[in-house]
Amino acid sequence: MTYLMYIGYLVVFGVAVTAVIGLLASWIDRKVTARVQYRVGPPLLQPVIDLVKLLGKETLIPSGASRTMFLAAPLIGFASVIAVSTILWTNSLSGGRSFLGDLVVVVYLLAVPSMSIILGGFASGNPLASVGASREMKLVMAYELPFVLACLVPVILSGYTLKLGDIVGYQTQHGAIALSGGGALALIVCILCMQAKLALVPFDAPEAETEICGGVLIEYSGPVLALYRLMKTMLLFVLPFFIIIVFMGGLRLDGIHLVLFVLKYVGLVALITVIRNTNPRLRIDQAMRFFWGPMTVVAVIAVGLALMGW
Amino acid sequence: MSVTLNALLKSPWVFHLSTGSCNNCDIEVLDCLTPRFDIERFGMLLAGSIKHADVLLVTGSCNRQSAERLKRLYDQVPKPCLVVAIGECSQSRGMFIHSYNCPKPLDAIIPVDVYIPGCPPKPEAIIAGVVNLIQKVKGAA
Ligand code: SF4
Repeated sequence: MTYLMYIGYLVVFGVAVTAVIGLLASWIDRKVTARVQYRVGPPLLQPVIDLVKLLGKETLIPSGASRTMFLAAPLIGFASVIAVSTILWTNSLSGGRSFLGDLVVVVYLLAVPSMSIILGGFASGNPLASVGASREMKLVMAYELPFVLACLVPVILSGYTLKLGDIVGYQTQHGAIALSGGGALALIVCILCMQAKLALVPFDAPEAETEICGGVLIEYSGPVLALYRLMKTMLLFVLPFFIIIVFMGGLRLDGIHLVLFVLKYVGLVALITVIRNTNPRLRIDQAMRFFWGPMTVVAVIAVGLALMGW
Repeated sequence: MSVTLNALLKSPWVFHLSTGSCNNCDIEVLDCLTPRFDIERFGMLLAGSIKHADVLLVTGSCNRQSAERLKRLYDQVPKPCLVVAIGECSQSRGMFIHSYNCPKPLDAIIPVDVYIPGCPPKPEAIIAGVVNLIQKVKGAA
């Protein structure tokens, strides 16, 4: 029975609900961007139409590419995103079902999409894709340190637990972690790391269209490209969801809390869009300096504050 | 008409290729992306990579150097794909018709689906041309 339940969670919440919300969020992102620039913007179904169209196109594999890796890379990334979203949903919908250390698993799995992009970029054998992949690699090294440090803050504040369920439980009793000093700082760090994980401006150096023509994804076409795009749109839901769970009280289904959850999520997506529309692209060395310098310092301060119980 | 082809007409990503234009047509193509015309309304996006493109917008008079590359790029577009010839140059070679360097017009090199005349065509004309193209594909299917 429990197997069936987990498969249900995987298919219904891990894939379907996450994809629908992600597609909606990516439409909001494009529409808001258009409105900021005084344009009309795409119709509501545009992200879905894009995906359907890509399914009908040819998949071209460059002759210099390593074929298996080229095709497997997007699957690896996609699978890890599904795994994360299933863990997060299971945790939020049936509270007792979290296991020891699921926070570690989630943080680990959230790094896999970037890895899959790096793998795909190098496997395609295109020089521009390789440049993009190496930039992505530097970006991963840059933001993982402050990201993990920031994720330690809720762990410390909720009494050294590595269970997402316990972190949410702590927040239900003592108020959201983001309301404490250390939590607020860590939240800021996490939001900027999320921007980099999504590879959006100002941290979109790996995909910079104007310099390296789309970078890592340059050789991908057809259904494989659709998989990558779906992975990215799902991340647009999974990452804010994760941040809401560890910093902002998580998802609760009773009355006002559900509305609050929706508001928090829309707020985070709006924040991502605003950051992306009001900033120029950073060079990769500037991005690394930013994460290893100010962001790491802020994250360390946040951990220090948390250790003192603030 | 199949679902995917229908979707293609609703989200044509365009790749913009200059085969030796005077750059004026290219500027008019970029105009279509500006707030005044905003072709993202129709789901069109400018693709950075040829592998993401559905529509090839060709400007310029196909000189000896670029004709070869044009052919190679056309082979690299994932099919189904559509080709739009923008500007006088890409149709009849315009004022370069007697040039030693422009031996063939565009449609003798790759198949062209729609022609948008003008030197350069206005952004309105480009959008109208693409709408015509969509109608044509719908009618044929
Ligand atoms: S058609 Fe006219 S504007 Fe366009 S590239 Fe040729 S000469 Fe320039």
